[in-house]
Amino acid sequence: MNRLKVGDHLILIAGVLFMVTPVVLAFLTSTHDNIEIFRTGLQFDFGNEFVSTYERVLTKAGGFTKEVNGFVMLKNSLILGIGFAVGKIVISMLAAYAIVYFRFPLATLCFWVIFCTLLLPLEVRILPSYEIVQKLGLVNTYTGLIVPLIASATGTFYFRQFFKSVPDELLEAARIDGAGPWKFFIDILVPLSKTMIAAIFIIMFVYGWNQYLWPTLITTDEGFFTLVRGIKQILQVWIGAQIPAYNDAMALAILAMLPPVIVVIVFQSWFIKGLVESDK
Amino acid sequence: MATITLDTVRKVYGGAVEAVKGVSIDIADGEFIVLVGPSGCGKSTLLRMVAGLEDITTGEIKIGDKVVNNVDPANRDIAMVFQNYALYPHMTVYNNLAYGLKNRGMAKDEIDRRVKEAARILEIGDYLDRKPRALSGGQRQRVAMGRAIVREPAAFLFDEPLSNLDAKLRVQMRVEIKRLQKSLKTTSVYVTHDQLEAMTLADRLVVLNGGNIEQIGAPIEVYDKPASTFVASFIGSPAMNLLKVKTDASGLAFETGAGLSGANPHGRDRYIAGVRPEHLDVVPAGSPEAALTLKAKVNVLEPVGAESYLYAECGDGGPEIVIRVESHAHFEPGQEIVLSAKAKDVHFFDADTGRRIDG
Repeated sequence: MNRLKVGDHLILIAGVLFMVTPVVLAFLTSTHDNIEIFRTGLQFDFGNEFVSTYERVLTKAGGFTKEVNGFVMLKNSLILGIGFAVGKIVISMLAAYAIVYFRFPLATLCFWVIFCTLLLPLEVRILPSYEIVQKLGLVNTYTGLIVPLIASATGTFYFRQFFKSVPDELLEAARIDGAGPWKFFIDILVPLSKTMIAAIFIIMFVYGWNQYLWPTLITTDEGFFTLVRGIKQILQVWIGAQIPAYNDAMALAILAMLPPVIVVIVFQSWFIKGLVESDK
Repeated sequence: MATITLDTVRKVYGGAVEAVKGVSIDIADGEFIVLVGPSGCGKSTLLRMVAGLEDITTGEIKIGDKVVNNVDPANRDIAMVFQNYALYPHMTVYNNLAYGLKNRGMAKDEIDRRVKEAARILEIGDYLDRKPRALSGGQRQRVAMGRAIVREPAAFLFDEPLSNLDAKLRVQMRVEIKRLQKSLKTTSVYVTHDQLEAMTLADRLVVLNGGNIEQIGAPIEVYDKPASTFVASFIGSPAMNLLKVKTDASGLAFETGAGLSGANPHGRDRYIAGVRPEHLDVVPAGSPEAALTLKAKVNVLEPVGAESYLYAECGDGGPEIVIRVESHAHFEPGQEIVLSAKAKDVHFFDADTGRRIDG
C-alpha cells in the first residue's frame, strides 16, 4: 500500500515537473541579462535583472515605430480576450435561445448549419474573412479584431444542450407569471446559465487571448499589437548587429501567461461552486 | 373567483392524435373539481388548455364570462401548481412568490403584504430568504402553492401536485390543500391519477378515459353508482370485482362454469356483474340465496392491518375475486367458501359497451 503511494506520487511529480519546468526556466532566464543568456543558454538560477527587465518590457516603447510597450500590448490582449469571450457568449446564448424556445421554419436546419461551421475554422476562411473586414474598413480597429471571430458553433451547441435540460415547467410557470420571452431570458435563463457562462468564458478567453494568426493579419499598426504577437516582434526587430533580447521575450511570455491563469483560477472556483450547489 | 365552462373542447395533436375528444364541464364558482384518470387519458392536456399552455383545437373555454381561447396564460387570471413545483431555483422564496406580481407592475408594499400573508397562511415565513434547493419537498410544495395564492386568482389549477412527495407527506398536504381551498373558496381544478386523492379532495369528480368523460359526479355518487366498468374498476381500492355472467333458465351463471347463482335482474342474456370487495360477505354453506351467491376457493390471504384481503378463485377455473374480510380472520389456501352480496351492492353493466344498466 505504502509503496503504491510512493509510486503514485512519483508519477504525479513527474507530471508536474513536465508541465512546470519550461515555465520556471523561462521565468528564471528572464531575470538574467541577454548577453549572458546568449553565451550560456537557459539559466537555472535567479538572476539580478528581474526588476529592470520587467520594468523595461512593460514600459519601454519598442517595436519598429517605438509606439508600443508592454502595457499597451497587455491592454490590447485584454480587449481581445474579453471582447472575444463576451461576444461569443452573448451571440451563442441568443442563437441557442432562438433554436430551443422558438418554433420557426427550418429551425433544425439552422442549427445544423451553425453546427457545420465547426468544420470551417478561421484558418480555412481567413482570406475571405480578411477581404470582408478590409472592405468594411475595419483593419486596425478593435471591431475588426473581435467581431469576425465571435460567431461560435461550440458555444451555441453547449447552450442549446443546457437550455434543453431546463425543465419546461419553468417556462410555463414564467408564462403564467406574466414573463414575456425577453423577461424569461433575462430573469430566468441567464441566471440559471451562470455556471455554463463561467465555463465558456474560461475556454473562450484563453482561446481569444492566444489568437495569433488573425491579429497578425488584421493589425498592421503596432498600437494594436497583442502580447502574443509582441513576443515575436521583439525578437524579430532587434535582430541585426544586436543580440536578440531573449530576456525581454521570456519576460513577455511570462506576462502573457498570467492573465489566462488568473481567469482560470477565478472562474474555476465559480465553476466548481456552481457544479456542487446543483441549482436545478 | 369565477366559474369555468368547457364547451365540447377538443385537442388534436399533429392532425392525427385526438387527446381530448369533445369534453364539456361546467364548474361552479368556488367548486373543487378533480380530473382523474389513468395516464394518457387527456386530463393534463385538459388542464393545460384551461391554463393556456396548450392551444384549443376546437371548442370553447370560458373563465367567468370571458372566452379565453386566445388569451395569454398571464392574462387568464389563473394560477398553476406544477408536479415538480417549477420554482425558480436562483430566486429566494420571497422572490419566487413576488415575481409574478412584479411582472404585473404591482406596488412594492402591496407585493410585500401579499407575500407575507401567503407565508403566514402556509407557515413558510421562516424560509422567505432561502433558495428552493435549501427546502424539503413538502416546503417546496408549500412555496409553489404560495406562488399561486399571492396572485389571488380566479382559479387554481393543480397538475398532480403531490406526486413527488412521500406517502406520509402526501396525506398531510392533501388535507392542507382541501382546508386551504375551503377557506379561500377559490374555484379549483385538480388533476391526479390517484383515485384516493380524487375521492378525498373533490366536490365533484370527473373521470376521464381515452379523452372522453366517463362520469361526472360527487365522489360518493361515483363510488355508489359507477357509470361504466371503467369507472367501477378505477374508483375504489382494491378495484371492484367484475364478472362476466350469462343467464339460463335458473338465473345468472358464469360463462365458464358453475359457482355462481342469482336472479336475472334486467331480462338480458349477458351482463358484466360488479361487486366491490367490501360488499362481499363470507357466509356459512347452505345460507339462503342472496342477490348474488358465489362459491370460491381461497388462494391467498393478504393482511394490511385494519383489514385483510382475501383472493379467491370462483367455481372451477373461474375468475379471481377479492373480498375484504376483518383483519384477524383466518383462511387456509384451498379452503372452500361461500360468498354473498346484497342486491343494492351488485352493479350490472352492458356486456358489450360496459355502460351501467339501471332500473
